[in-house]
Amino acid sequence: MAASLKDYRGDVSTWCPGCGHFSVMAGIQKALIKLELEPHEVAVVSGIGCSGKVSEYMRAYGFHTLHGRSLPVAQAVKLANRDMKVIASGGDGDGYGIGAGHFTHAARRNVDMTYVVMDNRIYGLTKGQTSPTSAQGFQSKTSPEGSGEREVKPLELALGAGASFVAQAFSGDIKRLTELISIAVEHPGFALVNVFSPCVTYNKVNTYEFFKENIIDIQDIEGYDVTNKAHAYEKVIETDGLVQGILYQQARPAYHTYLSGYPEKPVTAQELKPSQDTLDELWASFK
Amino acid sequence: MKKEITWKIGGQQGDGIDSTGNILSAALMQQGFHIASYKHFASRIKGGHTYDHIRASHDPIHYQGDTTDILIVLDKESYEHNIGSMSPGGFVLMENKKEEKVEQIDGVTVIHTSFTSMAEDLGNKIIRNMIMLGSSAYLMGAHYDIFIPFIENKFSKKGQAIVDLNINAVQKGYEYMESLGLKPFQLGFPDEKKDMALMIGNEAFAYGAVASGCKFLSSYPITPASEIMEYMKENLPKVGGVAVQAEDELAGLLMAIGAGFSGVRALTSTSGPGFSLKTEALGLAGMSETPVVIVNSQRGGPGTGLPTKYEQGDLQTMVYAGHGEIPRIVLAPSSVEECVTMASTAFNLAEQYQCPVIVALDLVLSLNKQTALDSCRHDLESINRGKMLTDEELESLQEHQFKRYRLTDDCISPRSIPGQRHGVFTANSNEHSETGHITELPEIREKMMDKRLGKLKDLSIKGYEFIGGEEKPVDTLFIGLGSTRGVLEETVRDLQSSGESVGLAQIKMLHPFQPQGLKELTTAAQRVIVVENNWTGQLTGMLQQHLLIGEKLQTIKKYDGNPFTKKDIMTQLQDVAKEVV
Ligand SMILES: Cc1ncc(C[n+]2csc(CCOP(=O)(O)OP(=O)(O)O)c2C)c(N)n1
Ligand code: SF4
Repeated sequence: MAASLKDYRGDVSTWCPGCGHFSVMAGIQKALIKLELEPHEVAVVSGIGCSGKVSEYMRAYGFHTLHGRSLPVAQAVKLANRDMKVIASGGDGDGYGIGAGHFTHAARRNVDMTYVVMDNRIYGLTKGQTSPTSAQGFQSKTSPEGSGEREVKPLELALGAGASFVAQAFSGDIKRLTELISIAVEHPGFALVNVFSPCVTYNKVNTYEFFKENIIDIQDIEGYDVTNKAHAYEKVIETDGLVQGILYQQARPAYHTYLSGYPEKPVTAQELKPSQDTLDELWASFK
Repeated sequence: MKKEITWKIGGQQGDGIDSTGNILSAALMQQGFHIASYKHFASRIKGGHTYDHIRASHDPIHYQGDTTDILIVLDKESYEHNIGSMSPGGFVLMENKKEEKVEQIDGVTVIHTSFTSMAEDLGNKIIRNMIMLGSSAYLMGAHYDIFIPFIENKFSKKGQAIVDLNINAVQKGYEYMESLGLKPFQLGFPDEKKDMALMIGNEAFAYGAVASGCKFLSSYPITPASEIMEYMKENLPKVGGVAVQAEDELAGLLMAIGAGFSGVRALTSTSGPGFSLKTEALGLAGMSETPVVIVNSQRGGPGTGLPTKYEQGDLQTMVYAGHGEIPRIVLAPSSVEECVTMASTAFNLAEQYQCPVIVALDLVLSLNKQTALDSCRHDLESINRGKMLTDEELESLQEHQFKRYRLTDDCISPRSIPGQRHGVFTANSNEHSETGHITELPEIREKMMDKRLGKLKDLSIKGYEFIGGEEKPVDTLFIGLGSTRGVLEETVRDLQSSGESVGLAQIKMLHPFQPQGLKELTTAAQRVIVVENNWTGQLTGMLQQHLLIGEKLQTIKKYDGNPFTKKDIMTQLQDVAKEVV
């Protein structure tokens, strides 16, 4: 029996009315339903932030981890049980600030999983400080003079780190968002979906209107080749990252496929105690 | 007849010290000797003084000994550092390209010769170590043929010519010593050949982990723990497992937690600087009640400290690290054999109590080779996964959100693992309700704290081993942890043979501290002497805290980066003895 939205409903949300994160979660839920996955077949691993609450508010095997630390946990969940669909999710501060190192390595390692970042260009849960994706010049309590640092460019970062799937979506276009997440979930490698997800409480610059007015869709660009990394860089730079759609997709071996000896059956399903023969052989190497 | 012998080779890193020592110990083990060794090395790849000290004995031993019977000198330092601690009648073999001579220095016979030219004469410089081994065999009073099975085993694939070359080399070394007319040691060979294996503590623990069902490792390279990761990379695939070299230690523990959450027995291994980084994730494991095993092979700290030197400086860190309060277990094996067996304890406890289990190794235990009786493999605990629910049990609960953090009398909640249809829940590092959802309600907070911190209250195991005969009250009780066991057990034996009432309580579980039995022993003793390798006396502090021993508790410490010798302990013992009546 196919799962419905009701099956995917978790705890009661405390997000501010109008927060973009509602749509991101709905996008994830709808994508999973569309892919005919049931909650017990899915793990949602989140970091800390308003965004990190996603593993609470939707029902699936969840792990609400530490700030910036969802990716290592999520990768291991997949490696431990290859039958699970694994989605890591969190905010821009979570993923590109405190967790930037893990992000780079997850991209190059290419474990078969999806990473959905709710990018509101602000720190929401801690009440509105400048985030790594806040544009240069952004003013907040922690950058009253306008931030001097250049912002992190998530798509460029992902391309540079070797992610095999790089996409971007917008909370204001839930249909496209759902579609992109479902393609990402099916991509057999590390798939990033950066989602512009406005914080209606603290970010008065990067609003729904701002994104609506500035985002173009990659589908509207004629002759765009998603397998061409140079194209991807070009468009991302040209649009200053204000673009939605799949920017880049490459068939690159997923982590488990280049590990010799990685089992066909999930690691969780392996006989716990090795055979006596194997143990004898291991011991004999110390003789 | 001698019942034991010590052999040492010293030179520059890259001189083949390791391989020579390895062959000698393997050959002696094959003859039925128990081996304990000590390897000194510097934090650089090529060059820098290094040595391998090997002691072989008829009896089980865990200490390489203070003195040397046979010393092979390949650089200046080897001679300078060691000539003072040669045993009477000992032999020194000096690589000397310029002259060949035999001299007597304070009862020690020093033989100058060039193994290198001898090897070149035979046709290949590379067999220098075989000549040295043949020479050593003669000086031990053994025959060079103890190396032959080993040579055949290793080189038969390369053809008879190579086998012969190596056999000629050991013979050459042997005959050369014989030709000098030296009177060798009379080393008796054990009557029975025991079934044993030779390995370092890291390998022993890694083997034990595999045998205990560990199927996941994620670590970041660091001395002296890297061999655990290397072993797992090579061997986990053979048992349907996976090993990941993580991007840093944070990821190392976090990945292990992800695997533990998924229902896989998971391990991460590190040393002090890496353990510091793992602290954040340690809290996550405690709060989310995820089973995971963490090996911390201690080296000299703080900062990067002494990367290749020994210390037991992380005891408090392992017991207290992290903010807030979490349940945790800290185990401390003290021999290679125990590294094998305690791995099974660690994985069982992690799953039974659903919390992190830290295994305290130290550089000496991690890196030095000892023999382990094959029979220790039968001493592994059988696998006990604690409270894991079957699909049927989960279904019968009829819970839309499974109460993963259910409040129970023993404070341990039954678990489901991802993939089980009726076990869906959220694991959480925030304070949470029984279903794992965030809450700050005071009454739930209180109950969850009681549950997490109360779950180890029923844990009661014998937290120490009494060493020195049958367990009974003694006048002087030594207390040690980790690799100090080897030297202490011999100190105790020596003191006993001079008529003193002495014993050793070797601590095996550092946390939660297990006072049963120890309380009685320390109460009965006239003095209690803690022997540990750190400046602040961390173990002493813990014992005082838990056992209130008072002034009869004294500490012998060493923190220069090297392990205790028996002489160190005896010297310090005289000082502390004066203070206690
Ligand atoms: C180690 C650590 N440092 C800081 C914090 C405080 N903190 C919680 S959420 C957060 C920022 C979240 O921002 P973002 O990831 O952008 O998510 P949002 O709340 O905007 O959705 C911070 C700094 C923390 N929980 N842990
Ligand atoms: S603070 Fe911002 S990000 Fe957080 S819930 Fe409110 S609107 Fe959303």
